[in-house]
Amino acid sequence: MNEMASAGEEAVALLPELLLLAGAVLGLLVGLWTPQRRQVRVGVLAVLFCLASAAAAAVALTDPDETVFDGTWVIDTTTGVVRIVVALSTAVAVGLCSSAFAGHPRETEAYVLMLLGSIGTIALAASGDLLMLVAGYLLASVPLYALVGFVKDARGVEATLKYYLMGAFVGVLMLVGVAALILAGGASGYAELAMELPDVSVALVAVGVLGVLAGVAFKAGAVPVHFWVPDVTAGTAPAVAAYITTVPKIGAVAAAFRLVAEPFANAPVDVPLLVAVIGAASMTLGNLAAFAQTELLRLLAYSTISQVGYLFMVVAVAARTDIAEPALVVYLAGYAVTNLGAFAAVAALPGSATITEWAAAARRHRWLVVSLVVCLLGLVGTPPTAVFVGKLAVFTATADGAMAWLVVVAAVNTVASLFYYLRWVAPATDTAAPATGLATTAARAPVVTVHAAAIGSLVLGIGAGVWLTFTGV
Amino acid sequence: MLLTVVVLLPLAVAVVLMALPRIPDRVASWAWVATSAVDLALVAWMWWRFDPGAGIAFDVKVRWIPTVDASYHVGVDGLSLPLIAMTTALFLACAVWSLRERRRPRAYAALFLFLQTACLGTFAALDLILFFVFFDLTIVGMYFVIAGWGHGNRRRSALKFFLYTFLGSLALLVGFIGLFLGSDERTFDMVRLADNPPLQGAPVAGGLVLLAIGIGLGVKTPVFPFHTWLPDAHTDAPAAGSAILAGVLLKLGTYGFVRIAMPMLPEAWRDWAMVIVVVGVVSVVWGAFVALAQQDFKRMVAYTSVNHMGYILLGLGAAGMVGSADDDARTIATVGAMVQMVSHGLLTGALFLLSGVLWTRGGTYAFDRWGGLARPAPVFAACLAVAAFGSLGLPGLSAFIAEFQIFTGALQATPVATVIAVTGILVTAGLFLLALQRLLAGPTTAPASAASNPGPLADVDRREIVAIVPLLALSLVIGLLPRVLLDVVEPAAALVTELVAR
Repeated sequence: MNEMASAGEEAVALLPELLLLAGAVLGLLVGLWTPQRRQVRVGVLAVLFCLASAAAAAVALTDPDETVFDGTWVIDTTTGVVRIVVALSTAVAVGLCSSAFAGHPRETEAYVLMLLGSIGTIALAASGDLLMLVAGYLLASVPLYALVGFVKDARGVEATLKYYLMGAFVGVLMLVGVAALILAGGASGYAELAMELPDVSVALVAVGVLGVLAGVAFKAGAVPVHFWVPDVTAGTAPAVAAYITTVPKIGAVAAAFRLVAEPFANAPVDVPLLVAVIGAASMTLGNLAAFAQTELLRLLAYSTISQVGYLFMVVAVAARTDIAEPALVVYLAGYAVTNLGAFAAVAALPGSATITEWAAAARRHRWLVVSLVVCLLGLVGTPPTAVFVGKLAVFTATADGAMAWLVVVAAVNTVASLFYYLRWVAPATDTAAPATGLATTAARAPVVTVHAAAIGSLVLGIGAGVWLTFTGV
Repeated sequence: MLLTVVVLLPLAVAVVLMALPRIPDRVASWAWVATSAVDLALVAWMWWRFDPGAGIAFDVKVRWIPTVDASYHVGVDGLSLPLIAMTTALFLACAVWSLRERRRPRAYAALFLFLQTACLGTFAALDLILFFVFFDLTIVGMYFVIAGWGHGNRRRSALKFFLYTFLGSLALLVGFIGLFLGSDERTFDMVRLADNPPLQGAPVAGGLVLLAIGIGLGVKTPVFPFHTWLPDAHTDAPAAGSAILAGVLLKLGTYGFVRIAMPMLPEAWRDWAMVIVVVGVVSVVWGAFVALAQQDFKRMVAYTSVNHMGYILLGLGAAGMVGSADDDARTIATVGAMVQMVSHGLLTGALFLLSGVLWTRGGTYAFDRWGGLARPAPVFAACLAVAAFGSLGLPGLSAFIAEFQIFTGALQATPVATVIAVTGILVTAGLFLLALQRLLAGPTTAPASAASNPGPLADVDRREIVAIVPLLALSLVIGLLPRVLLDVVEPAAALVTELVAR
């Protein structure tokens, strides 16, 4: 591509990632010399570097698309938006953790692990090469294994083990897939593979596609490699769950989008259909499993599985329509804001793990309930929230990509999802029910986050025209 | 700009009411009344300035989502202005009615103001996505009205209402996406879609899109067989909620047929006009007979709504039968359908408020618990009689103008269906007379709930009169001086029939 440019110039193109890395390294160093009870300053440092990273990404957003490091790292609108969303989501997650982990012996490590995982997430989204994809997969996974078991209680350890074993297993599948594709195409770069794959053995390509998609589906938490999601989400702190169900998913879905749009676009197997089936299965199974949940974190875990299903709709039509990329970007941003808000609502009332407990504790926090309703209806896709604009764009793109059946499946699933979100909304808004005696104080940072997410969801939805014009998609 | 103020003013007041915690309950209730009154005055001003022959007026267009060409595009024409006027009048009546709401009146007022913005926005929208946004928000608002202030099995009814109508709205969204993808210009703008209808010459795709839109609007209307959410929602909703639900929310469905389905899918509408007529007639007959069997006054009124909405579909279906009727007849049918929407909003709104009188006095709507109310409550009896006679189509009131025109217009196109539908009038007349007889005549009986205040046999009070009587008066004005309304509706309805004939 641009062999003339020196490595130093190319590194500048990675400024947002470098800022996150600098935040992680500096945070670790500062944490070493900071007393236990003041470790929150590492959190502040992490948030600042996240914001700087997002700002750097925003400045670079309107630059022309480019690839650096021999085509392994693609910087285009998708990468740009993923960078911003990941950096801001990480900042929010760090803020949420700061109240949950205040004074924890390994507080600093939590923030650093989050920053590292975010770099891995961006690497997933930006990779234009299968080997870089594997590196991104590992970088987005290993820090999270440590993060899940952070509290070292029984459920956390079990969740970590499940997450780790499944991640290792899928990682092997992914490596097999990458090997098969390299064997078939003779290269690992997406551009070369796009040219070579149409003319090679179907069996090799099929093994390769399945393996690589298994990897990204695992990170995204899509069916059939979703089994870790509920256990991990419910087994860890709500703040960590918010991070794990938001940030890595964004990178994984963007990676899947790039794979389907570029190397797999003309592959001799029907990749769009495969992805569409994964999406339909995710939204359906996620919704069906969420119906019976009484524990909030498990309910939200299954909700994220179904949300990934909607996102995979647009992945399925990535190569078929021009409106797929804007749809992906809108939905990713809307999903991140809204999902963080819903998890923050759980974190806001510590000790309220089930729907009834939460509803009872929230009775004295009227505005918290209002913001929760905005976030949950946002997840359903009620206008005028951000996810509504995203869903509209995704449905339109999918129908334009000749998959009208998938739109119908998604519409039916949306109605089904309404049912379990209302199971949470209804008792929370039922002010006629007797107030319980115990007065619960809400944690400050999560409450602010819920309100910010609700407002952000509305602003992103109503102001969709403004920020979409700015991103240039 | 004026229209935007009319639409968003209630929402702005709602936000203020919610945001300021110190507002006393009484002030909140009166703020609701004042806001609705200002809105009504602004709409009256718009009506005064409106030139029926000039097409769309007061329109504003601001880009919203450029990637799919969706915009904030609002405006009024002869189809939407009467419904906007009816909506503001009915909301004002409900505001007055709810002055004595004791359960969280501030949140109640804010919720209804939010609902008013959503309803007005749906009628004013000239963009499919904007229409959908407001359409969906009405569902959210009404869910909280029923769940929060209803009675009986309110949570279950509210959930059923939300799930059922949300399914309808998603079918509608799928249909809208079909219109978008089928259009040459790739736009959600209603005016441009109506100018250059999508999917012409593609009967299968056009039919499927019409099916999706038809299911979406049909659930909301509701027509047989999608009406089963309606009686439960009505029975358990508070009186003002029921009045809005029947008076305004049902019209969102029928209005959608006139505004979206007919001008944008003219070919499919003509192809499937007979099906629409049949669905309409089945709703007429089914609604009438099921209403006849009810033992509960409010449920009975709810089922008559299915019957009345059926007439609208009959008229609109007949308007699509280009081959078998001339332009004049089809225009008359469309005008009748439009007038029926306004008329039903006023009369059924009044009937539901009157059913609320029963509930506040005795906590029941059951026919066998009430009797002989004409003697102790003469004003109530008079209002009920006027509303019931209006609803059954007595000349001199608005429903007669509406139904007469529907039948006149439809007779040429579908004589058999029209004759069957006329029998629906007979059944409705019978059931309303029966209801009047059960409630008003005979020995005076009332449920013995001593706790109720005012007493079980108290007549309507001043607040209730101020809420109900203007609605009946408006119906009377339309019945006696129909030109006031017809001058506005006719040019727009003629345009719709012309568009369908393309």
